[in-house]
Amino acid sequence: MQMQTDLLQEARRQAEICNACRYCEGYCSVFPALHAERAFSDGDLTQLANLCHNCRGCYYACQYTAPHEFDLNLPQALANVRQDSWEELAFPRAAGKAFQKNGVLIAVATVIGFALLFWAARALASGGGVGFYAVLSHNAMVAIFLPAFLFPLVSIAVSLRRYWRHIGAGPFRPAHLIEALRQAANMKNLKGGHGDGCNFEDEDRFTHARRAVHQAVMYGFLLCFAATSTATVMHYIFDMPAPYGLFSLPKLLGLSGGILLVVGCFEMIRLKLRSDRKLGAAGAFGGEVAFIGLLGFTGFSGLALYALGQTSVMPVLLAIHLGAVLTFFLFTPFTKMAHGFYRLTALTADAGRSR
Amino acid sequence: MTSPDIAIIGGGNAALCAAITAAEAGARVLILETAPKPYRGGNSRHTRNFRCMHHGPLGPLVDSYTEEEYLADLMKVTGGKTDEGLARLAIRTSEECLPWMEEHGVRFQPSLSGTLSLARTNAFFLGGGKSLVNAYYLTAGKLGVQVEYEAAVTHLELDDDRVTRIDYTQNGQTHTITPKAVVVASGGFQADTDWLARAWGPAAKNFLIRGTPYNRGVVLADLLDQGIEQVGDPTQCHAVAIDGRAPKFDGGIVTRLDCVPFSIVVNKDAQRFYDEGEDVWPKRYAIWGRLVAAQPDQVGYVIIDAKSLELFMPSVFPPIKADTLEELADQMGLPADALVQTVTEFNKSCGDTSGFHPTELDGVTTTGLTPPKTNWARPITEPPFYGYSLRTGVTFTYLGLKVDETAQCAIGNRPVTNLWAAGETMAGSILGQGYLAGFGMTIGTVFGRIAGKEAAAHANAN
Repeated sequence: MQMQTDLLQEARRQAEICNACRYCEGYCSVFPALHAERAFSDGDLTQLANLCHNCRGCYYACQYTAPHEFDLNLPQALANVRQDSWEELAFPRAAGKAFQKNGVLIAVATVIGFALLFWAARALASGGGVGFYAVLSHNAMVAIFLPAFLFPLVSIAVSLRRYWRHIGAGPFRPAHLIEALRQAANMKNLKGGHGDGCNFEDEDRFTHARRAVHQAVMYGFLLCFAATSTATVMHYIFDMPAPYGLFSLPKLLGLSGGILLVVGCFEMIRLKLRSDRKLGAAGAFGGEVAFIGLLGFTGFSGLALYALGQTSVMPVLLAIHLGAVLTFFLFTPFTKMAHGFYRLTALTADAGRSR
Repeated sequence: MTSPDIAIIGGGNAALCAAITAAEAGARVLILETAPKPYRGGNSRHTRNFRCMHHGPLGPLVDSYTEEEYLADLMKVTGGKTDEGLARLAIRTSEECLPWMEEHGVRFQPSLSGTLSLARTNAFFLGGGKSLVNAYYLTAGKLGVQVEYEAAVTHLELDDDRVTRIDYTQNGQTHTITPKAVVVASGGFQADTDWLARAWGPAAKNFLIRGTPYNRGVVLADLLDQGIEQVGDPTQCHAVAIDGRAPKFDGGIVTRLDCVPFSIVVNKDAQRFYDEGEDVWPKRYAIWGRLVAAQPDQVGYVIIDAKSLELFMPSVFPPIKADTLEELADQMGLPADALVQTVTEFNKSCGDTSGFHPTELDGVTTTGLTPPKTNWARPITEPPFYGYSLRTGVTFTYLGLKVDETAQCAIGNRPVTNLWAAGETMAGSILGQGYLAGFGMTIGTVFGRIAGKEAAAHANAN
């Protein structure tokens, strides 16, 4: 793979200064890993970049930020390498290059997703199903969404394997993954070491805003995903096809998850708009906001579908919601969504390093 | 602008501790910081820890560190040139300061890698001194303290035993305020290299300044010229040996080099001049500032070989590297023949190196060499060879304002009724020479709080 050498070289220059200072050692997982090295290979830098959660604590604490001649901005340097690594490691690579930073393309793809579902609803019809299946039969939905679900899984598996090799990680151990999951579950790396949170929306003031919002998005998404998974199990194993009532597991999970997801994505965009963009990856802002918008819209259209499911707009809403879901899944490896997988892998590798 | 109750000159740790304490006592406080906002905080932005007395575990500190042990450590580094009364006050008060610092936003962490020896005595700031400064500015802001950046105080008008007026410039405009009380916390004069050269001699022009370029001693000179009591040797500064490629100002912590004990150090004529292995580096880096200052052009050259490269903390700039000593000499601008001869002589005088131990005094010494190397003396034989240049880096100056135990300044034999001083600008009242890691922040915090409290009491009563 061909990561951009200028981005790597700048990250290396900054990491070498950090390694002579070490004041930031307590903030996050990046610094203990950084201080364990004397020289930084491309793989080391890629791993540090993916360990970095962009909490920005180190930037505001740094004595060497501009106008100092050392001109340190480690959050940005690592964000650039991280962004580049997601593009380069993507499978297929061209898709990563095309979509990661391009908010407009993500929006266009979403509209194409809507159109596809409208076409499917018209062309394939229902075959006599009830509820949503009156619009699009269950089998048609499966025919569309099974590949759309499996393709990203395969793509991400290929990318993570490439990543693991690139950073020269040791053998994989489940215990290390469990440690990584534990850190991700409470977003340890956005707590700031002291537990006061991170710097983001208000310069050097530490708050839990970003961590709380990220948790809302992450757990909202996981609840929605659990809702779909539960429904699949109920459909195939217990022969209990949709529609489900309000006090069914899929509805309870989906409703709470959807609300968390919508509120979380809305707040995340608000925080991002208040943050200093110079501390993030150059040119990635549009792609990130478009992705969060898509994710939030997926949740919102799901809620709308629930609220208006008994009305005449249901078929239109269903096509829009399923179109958003389709785009979201297909684009998982090529949008900011990929970061969760890389972070988890980086944390797993780091757990292996620090044992 | 309406004049505040209290004007605080300076924007580092001592100034902020004074401002916060005074504001909590109900006073309207104005900070006049001469630096622009990104460089606010004086030398505090380069600090990293606070030396603290404690009985039993306290915050990040383990075990105990008693007043007597702390004082003994201080006496050792200052050679007894210490005001014991004020030193004991600083030491004793340090214990209550640590929780106060936490309450006002400072966060600590276990001691940094490479500094485990300080885990008992020094509390490290999470993120270093700039994060401490940031936290204090946030706290001060919440308390209503007003901060003016790029506000350079030019003159304090004295009327008998009282400061009646402060003049400062900002954005090219001159301002005058008439606060009820004034706290001076604007550091020493080390960034004024002309003043340093007058005090030390022309060699000082070649010194690097480790900290802020804004400590030019303007207020200090203004007050001393008007007869405010002074303290400390005006010709002395605390200086250490740092990487010769460091920036002229503000290089801070990263420019330190820990490789001297594993090296030989030569001057520009490729001659050795001192025992590189006299003691562990934390106890010797300060004297090397003076040793290098005494060499021609105030520069030294560290020479090591491949087997020593990973025995010390990574340097901010990579070492100069060559496969032969001749090449290394060329790259460093040293006479090659002389360097080869110096290394050959040194190598010949090395003996049994089997007892070599990088982290303790191992007694692996040279024999028959002048000057000797009394520990870690291993021959320099294994290519590639590495070199660093060394220069003198000034940390702070000792000349300052003499204060009493209430941090109050004096003129003649009388106190100046509304003038207090804290931090580096009065540290000479306690430290006559030498330095103890983390003690500067102790002085700044203890006397900053005292000055703030006294100034607020005065302002509230008048």
